[in-house]
Amino acid sequence: MRTLALGLSRTRYEVRGYFRAGDTVFFTFLFPVVMLAIFSVAFSASGSFGQRPDGTEVGAAAFYLPGMIAAGVLLSGVQNLAVDIALERGDGTLKRLAGTPLPVGSYFVGKFGQVLVTSVLQVALLVLVARVAFGVPLPTDVGPWLTFAWVYLLGIATSALVGIALSRVPRSGKSATAVIVPITLVLQFVSGVYLPFTQLPDWLQSFASVFPLKWLAQGMRSVFLPEGFAAAEAGGSWDLPGVALWLAVWLVAGAVASVLTFRWIRKDS
Amino acid sequence: MTPQPVVRVHDLTKSYGAVTALEGLSFEVSAGETLGILGPNGAGKSTTVEILEGYRDRSGGDVEVLGVDPRHGGLDWKARLGIVLQTSGEQGTATVREQVTHFAGFYRDPRDVDEVLAAVGLEAKAGARIRSLSGGQRRRVDVALGVVGRPELLFLDEPTTGFDPEARRQFWQLIRSLSDEGTSIVLTTHYLDEAAQLSDRVAVVARGRIVAEGRPDELGDEEARTPRVTWTDRHGRHDVRTSEPGALVARLHAEGGEPRALEVIRPSLEDVYLGLVATADQEADGPRDATVAGDGHRASSAGVAS
Repeated sequence: MRTLALGLSRTRYEVRGYFRAGDTVFFTFLFPVVMLAIFSVAFSASGSFGQRPDGTEVGAAAFYLPGMIAAGVLLSGVQNLAVDIALERGDGTLKRLAGTPLPVGSYFVGKFGQVLVTSVLQVALLVLVARVAFGVPLPTDVGPWLTFAWVYLLGIATSALVGIALSRVPRSGKSATAVIVPITLVLQFVSGVYLPFTQLPDWLQSFASVFPLKWLAQGMRSVFLPEGFAAAEAGGSWDLPGVALWLAVWLVAGAVASVLTFRWIRKDS
Repeated sequence: MTPQPVVRVHDLTKSYGAVTALEGLSFEVSAGETLGILGPNGAGKSTTVEILEGYRDRSGGDVEVLGVDPRHGGLDWKARLGIVLQTSGEQGTATVREQVTHFAGFYRDPRDVDEVLAAVGLEAKAGARIRSLSGGQRRRVDVALGVVGRPELLFLDEPTTGFDPEARRQFWQLIRSLSDEGTSIVLTTHYLDEAAQLSDRVAVVARGRIVAEGRPDELGDEEARTPRVTWTDRHGRHDVRTSEPGALVARLHAEGGEPRALEVIRPSLEDVYLGLVATADQEADGPRDATVAGDGHRASSAGVAS
């Protein structure tokens, strides 16, 4: 109870800190929104990306929205937490907390809470911009939204845990951004966020299929794109069981790595 | 019933690979006492304190802090400690009040946030983001976070580095008031005036050992604290150590009138301290071959003692 109550107090504190740090707000929170706007405008002249069953055209904004949501989930979890925790380890925040009676569990409730709150706001903003600014029609049935709910929740949980595990990789707080951002950036390019996945060479597709972002983006496309687009996927279908499986594998791997590697401080460093 | 010591350290050792940082420290801190740990940079002050705080593991010896081995100190134990670390470079996106209030929430019976802000002199900055503060002001936030949980034992690791003289005076006042309320304090510093002002007792650490321990005005051996009288006459400058400087000056005056450039110097803590550290350095920096002889000597003296 106490762990949870302190965790919620941490969440409030963390969310406030998140929105006060200008660089995270831009590179993590607004980045997918900016990219969606740029892609939608840049490719608006290149016509249709396909047709819906009712005969309307799928424009650039509709085509890129699922990928940008997936990218947002990756940034809000992996990039945000890996950089954030590495910075906190480097600048003494973790050491200070380690000397207080704050339970480690509360610290993580705070981090998960921060990720969830900022990510939900980010996705809501993406969908809002797509709908209002670019007139993207949204699913009207319950089915796609249920798919969206589990893909999103599984995705954000996986992303947060992988972020915690990756926070051990940078050797110092100063190098955190330089180490983490290239990883997430490359993943976005090879996972079908910016470039249609099937346009990539086969070996690159196989490589990207090992990582969770490809599956997350595929799951999101199944929600926001018409059924006919499934044929353009690598396996010729949305393969939602595969999405669930691969995200779950990374969820468990991230959780195990986090538990094994997280320490308040590096003793005797 | 005599109160249990809040800190008990016996034969504490710490080595990093082949490098020995601490070579068998023993000391105690009584309840309500302020112990100053003095020593040059790299002497082992911070290593010692971080072992007591639970941040580092020791290589050998026994340590008890508030009756608990710091290696196994849980959250309840941490709730009774206040720790002010040496450096802090946090992002500081929170305001002073937000930060202190947030940390107060970690403790069961915290101090009133406004009282703490007043005590560290940050009322006027309560609404300011921590990152906008000066170094000295940030240090006071560190102290506020260290004391907000109403600790029984407070660790202060070089707390006034970067303070201007006035801020240092205010800080001393704050620490004295905490001490008056019964807080036990372990203070490391390399400012001798600070140690003298705040400590009931001082331990001088050099080369990983305690080379002297005692009240600030009783530190060092008799000779090191013996006053010196210096004056000039037609033979040149004189410099005489005497435990009765008044008598010497009276005799000088009776014999030759007012002595020229007369000074009576009572060795300051600094003089005594520098002497102690220099002695420790000389012993440690002796020729490498002397190590064997030194060990032999220690072994023989142990033999005599047993």
